Formats: sequence, C-alpha cells, structure tokens
Amino acid sequence: MFLVRIPSTSGCVVAQVRTVTLIPGDGIGPEISAAVQQIFAAANVPIAWDPVDVTPVKGPDGAFHIPQKAVDSVNTHGVGLKGPLATPIGKGHKSLNLALRKEFNLYANVRPAKSIEGYKTLYDGVDIVTIRENTEGEYSGIEHSIVDGVVQSIKLITEKASRRVAQYAFDYTKANGRRRITAVHKANIMRMSDGLFLRCCREAAQQNPDVQFDEMYLDTVCLKMVQDPNQFDVLVMPNLYGDILSDLCAGLIGGLGLTPSGNIGESGALFESVHGSAPDIAGQDKANPTALLLSGVMMLRHMDLHSYADKIQTGCFQTIKEGKVRIWRSFLLVDCPCFTLTISEVQWLTD
Amino acid sequence: MLGHVKNVFSFINAPVDFEEVKLSHSTTDAEFDNAIAAVKRNHVALKGNVDTMFDEPGFKMRNLALRTELDLFANVVWVKSFAGVQTRHRDLDIVVIRENTEGEYRQLEHEVYLQTVGGLVESLKIITEKNSTRIARYAFDFAKRNGRKKITAVHKANIMKLSDGLFLECCHKVSEEYPDIEFEGMIVDNCSMQLVSRPHQFDVMVLPNLYGNIITSIGAGLIGGAGLVSGVNLGEKYAVFETGTRTTGHELVGKNVANPTALLLASSDMLRYLGLVPHADVIKNAVRRVIDDEKLSTPDLGGNASTTDFMEKLMSNLDVRQTFSTA
Ligand SMILES: Nc1ncnc2c1ncn2[C@@H]1O[C@H](COP(=O)(O)OP(=O)(O)OP(=O)(O)O)[C@@H](O)[C@H]1O
Ligand SMILES: Nc1ncnc2c1ncn2[C@@H]1O[C@H](COP(=O)(O)OP(=O)(O)OP(=O)(O)O)[C@@H](O)[C@H]1O
Ligand SMILES: [Mg+2]
Ligand SMILES: [Mg+2]
Repeated sequence: MFLVRIPSTSGCVVAQVRTVTLIPGDGIGPEISAAVQQIFAAANVPIAWDPVDVTPVKGPDGAFHIPQKAVDSVNTHGVGLKGPLATPIGKGHKSLNLALRKEFNLYANVRPAKSIEGYKTLYDGVDIVTIRENTEGEYSGIEHSIVDGVVQSIKLITEKASRRVAQYAFDYTKANGRRRITAVHKANIMRMSDGLFLRCCREAAQQNPDVQFDEMYLDTVCLKMVQDPNQFDVLVMPNLYGDILSDLCAGLIGGLGLTPSGNIGESGALFESVHGSAPDIAGQDKANPTALLLSGVMMLRHMDLHSYADKIQTGCFQTIKEGKVRIWRSFLLVDCPCFTLTISEVQWLTD
Repeated sequence: MLGHVKNVFSFINAPVDFEEVKLSHSTTDAEFDNAIAAVKRNHVALKGNVDTMFDEPGFKMRNLALRTELDLFANVVWVKSFAGVQTRHRDLDIVVIRENTEGEYRQLEHEVYLQTVGGLVESLKIITEKNSTRIARYAFDFAKRNGRKKITAVHKANIMKLSDGLFLECCHKVSEEYPDIEFEGMIVDNCSMQLVSRPHQFDVMVLPNLYGNIITSIGAGLIGGAGLVSGVNLGEKYAVFETGTRTTGHELVGKNVANPTALLLASSDMLRYLGLVPHADVIKNAVRRVIDDEKLSTPDLGGNASTTDFMEKLMSNLDVRQTFSTA
C-alpha cells in the first residue's frame, strides 16, 4: 500500500490507493480498457489496477473454469471493472458473463440511462435507473422436454433473492439522492412468482418510508416509457423484465455504447460495459470507450470516490457535448481516431 | 364504452345484433360459462377488458380463461401511426402477431419451502411445437395475404435454449415454405431497444406470449398510447375483438375522458371480419378523419376533448352513403 498526493482545488489531500481488478476483455475490450486507465491516470484517481485474464481454463475435473487468479483477484479487492467478453456461439459454451455473475453472486444489475447532451435522440432529459435481479427468474437454466414437442422452462423466484434486490434498490435510491422506486411485475398473470417478488418490494418499501414507492405492470411500464420516460426514476424488477427494460432505456438515450452498468454482489461488485466485443473494429482505434468509462465512474461512486467520479463524468459529458468526438448510432466514432486523447487533453482534468 | 359502439352501429345500419353478456372479475362460474357459450353460438365477440384483481384471493383470470377456452391462439395488433397524432416516430406500420395461449401464461405455478433459501416459487413456461408452428404459419399466411415483406421472430433463445429455441426453430421451419418473405430472428431485449430507436425496420413480428405483451405495449406507446390501437384474438372457429393493449383504463372510468378510438377500431375490425367491409370502412374512415383531419384529441393525446366530444365529431363524420353505394 502506498500513498500519493492528489492535487485538488482545496490543497493537498492524501488518499489511500486502492487496488481494483481489471478484466480488459475481448475484441475492443483491451483498447477501451486502456483508454479508461489513461483517463483515470490523468485524473489522478487513487486506484491501482490488477489486470486479469478470464479466458476459461480446463480444470482437473475436465470442465472449463474461470482462472483461479481472476477469482482471487476479485475476491481480494472486492471491486472490478470489466470490458466486453465474447461468447463463442455454439453448443456447450456457457456465457462467461453468466459464469462471472454466478461466481461472485452478483445479484443486482444496475443500469442508469441518462440522456447525453450532444448526442441527440428523440428523447430528451431521460434519467432512469433500472435495477434488475440478476441470479434467478427466467435465467434459472432449468428446462426440459416433457414429451416430444413440448418444452417447459422454469422461472424461479425466491424470497431471499427478491428481498435482497428490493433492499438494494432502496439503498441505491437513497445513496444516490433519488426519490422514487417503481416495482415492475406481471403478477396479474404470474400471481405466485411475480406476486412473491412484489410482496418483497412492498415489505422493503414499508421499511424505507422515506422513499416513494409504486408498482406497475410490465406492459404498462413499456407503454408509458416510450411515451414519456421522464415520469420514471428508479425501477426494480425480476431478471427478464430487467434485461428487456434496461435495453429499452438504453435505446431511448442512444444505445449500449453509452450506458454503464454495475453488478452488485454480496462480497464484491463488478462494473462493466454491456455492449459486445465488436471484433469487426477491434484494433482499429475506432471503439467508443464511453460505456466502460461511465461504468468506471459508477465504480468510483460505489467506492465513495465521488469527487473523482464527478470530475471524469463531467469531462466525458463535456467532451461529447462540445462535439470533440462524433458518435454514430452510439458506437462508431466517425473520423475520430482516439477518444482518449481528446478527453485527457481537456483542461478540467488537470486543473 | 360499448354503448357508443352500439349507437354507431345503429346509425350506420350495420346488420349486427349484440347479445350482451356480463364479464368481470366478480363474475360467477355460471355467468362465465354463459359468456363462453354465447361466443360459441355467435362465433364473434367484441369485448372490453376485465380488471385483474390479482391481489384478491380467489379471483379468477377471466380474460385468460376466455382465450384458452375458445382456443384463441393468435393475438393480432396493428400498430399504425395516425398522421394527426404528434409522436416521435412517424409513419409506423407494424403488425404484431402474438401466441396467445401458452408460454408464461399457463398459470402453472407452485410454492415450495426450502430450508436453505426459504420461500421459493416455480413458474412454468410451456412452449409447444404445435402452437409455435400454428402461430408461425398464421404470421406467414398473414404476411402473404397482406403483401407484407418481412417477418421478425422475437425470442430469448440464447438463454432459454429449449423453450424459445423451439419457438424459433418452428418459425424458421415454416419460413422455408415462404421463400418470398424475408425472415429474421431477434433477441427480445435488443428488439425493444431497436423499436424505440429504429422502428421502421419492422414489418410483421411474431412472438411468444409474454414478449408479445411487451412488444405490443411498446408499439402502442410509440404511436400515441393504449387509446389508439385495436386488436383481435383469433382461433380456428372464433374471434374476439378488443383493444390492442388489453388495458382497462380503470382510472379513467366515469370521467368522460377515455379515448374511444381503440374500441371503435376494434368494432370496425369486427365488421370487416364479418364481411361487412363497407360498414367497417365507414367507421375506420370516420375515426381517422376525426383524429387526422379534425385534430380532435382526448387527454391521453395531450388535448382536452371529452369522450362525448369525440363521439359527436365521429357521428358527424360517419359517411353512411358509403354503405349503400357498395353494399
Ligand atoms: N464500444 C464500441 N465502439 C464502437 N463500436 C462498437 C462498440 N461496441 C459495439 N460496436 C459495434 O456494434 C456492432 C455490434 O457489436 P457487438 O459486439 O455488440 O455484437 P454482438 O453480436 O453482441 O457481439 P458479442 O458476441 O461480442 O456480444 C459491431 O459491429 C461494432 O461495430
Ligand atoms: N381508452 C383509453 N383512452 C385513453 N387512455 C387509455 C385508454 N385505455 C388505456 N389508457 C391508458 O393506458 C395506460 C394503461 O392503462 P391501465 O392503467 O388501465 O392498464 P392496466 O392494465 O389496468 O394497468 P394498471 O392497473 O397498472 O394501471 C393508462 O395510462 C391509461 O390511462
Ligand atoms: Mg440484455
Ligand atoms: Mg453482445
């Protein structure tokens, strides 16, 4: 452990350097990770990186696992930042993203969607956070063929997981100065499973009377979301609904190249960009690091390093607003070889 | 609301008699059986939505039961923009065809108590080859009949490999018999993102039950809301027409503010289905004129016209001559 001096407006602050795991990922992952590291360095963020590779290795049992070193790293540091991982298409390959979620029991997936000035979409002023239960529901992976031509797929909802994510939603809402939580459900159809989820949310609401709470059917949320997204604040919901609504919200503000995400677990948290590995443009210096950078900002907030988070976030938004980078369909940066340089050149970072 | 439809029908002399049956969350089993029998007798029905009081123990899912009892396997909702309604996306024209009887809507749920996790509920989603193929075939036939070019099958087969995988595979198989219609699969989360950012890429969509509910709602939202879209539940023998999003608008009841468009269009769809095309057109054209030309808007569309205002304008726009000239 070592100490560094961080220049700041209020004189010198002595900050403790904390180490976080870095999983650069595949395809464009390494370049956008490097970009984020560069920006963090420019902003003097008191963080040291522990880069690890998560390419599965064959274990003694013959099955493929995440390397122990990577697992140990996240467990030691408790916080990680992760680029995109490619999931080979085909039978037998489990999604590595899923494996990571399981390994670290990352039970809540948090995805803020906030309109970015300078990147115009049809929706203005969107500022929504989706919180998704991330361990069960429709993603239980339990499926059978009952008889020929009839398949059943089991959705699992537990009281424990529902409580946990509901409580997290309230904690997050309070910690981030937000006001209102909407529980999204389909308990009119799935009375027991979504009913249980909803009941847990209502209980959490009772224990947190300082936060406004309401509940709404999934379809009603979809209907209202595309008409006027500004009526929503924080949404909490079971796995599949969260998957769908978080992408929908990302669509409102321009796409996955611009939205950060965080996975909160009991013993650690992993922040990641949710876009793909874009092998088609890898190595060409065309990748947009915004999503990963903003995920890094979320990570800083999670670590209570708010001043650094503010600084980088402002810089990122300012850079986009001033048109220093041009973004196309939230991904490609047309005619702009390196976002990183543009961002670190900006005065605010070194003031 | 149905009273308005009756007035319109009698005004345009639509040769249709209504046999009215009551259906609500407090309907008794006998009343429900009676409703089913009535639809079976008449083959066609126009229906308001029944409130789902899911919090009340013992409440029965009447909407759902009606669809399964009558085997109304397809829910078809046409998402078509109105020129007179200000929305972000213009000129949308998407047909959403949804499997209506199985998937997540089979009500197969049970609660277990495990020492390790405590309360746990299992909810079964059922996908069958028969129903998937049936809805896929309906979608492709629909596309062919209506000169549509492309079908998008929406799924989550990357996660639900067997169930959604089966649905996708059935769509794929059927698509091979329709080489003139373009076919693609799209994962549901991506699809909802695409719908709000680039909706014009869609033509006809075919989906399992729950995704259908989601995508229909997004579609309705894109063109201006639940008050504007009609839908139909179709089976091999019976057809039940209702509003596209199947919402009750219960908070609007008695306030004279609900937009009657969705239900009027549903009644027009019904007349068309019954072969009363001129009558159907009279209603549809009048509705479009009220909204697009006269720019009348109820509160859901940002205006302050009441339901009564709307109906008055509608009545004066019903061009009854059309029904004589062609009938
Ligand atoms: N951060 C980014 N910057 C620039 N372009 C990107 C970025 N992320 C994705 N893209 C572009 O978006 C397209 C879709 O890529 P993406 O990798 O998300 O697909 P995918 O099928 O989800 O891949 P994967 O299997 O890795 O998840 C790519 O062709 C790429 O050009
Ligand atoms: N005919 C209509 N005219 C105007 N708005 C409508 C109409 N029908 C539904 N809506 C609007 O659509 C939205 C969803 O409807 P509604 O709230 O009745 O759905 P629901 O299925 O009963 O769900 P919930 O119980 O969560 O409200 C509401 O904002 C409602 O005002
Ligand atoms: Mg997703
Ligand atoms: Mg991807």
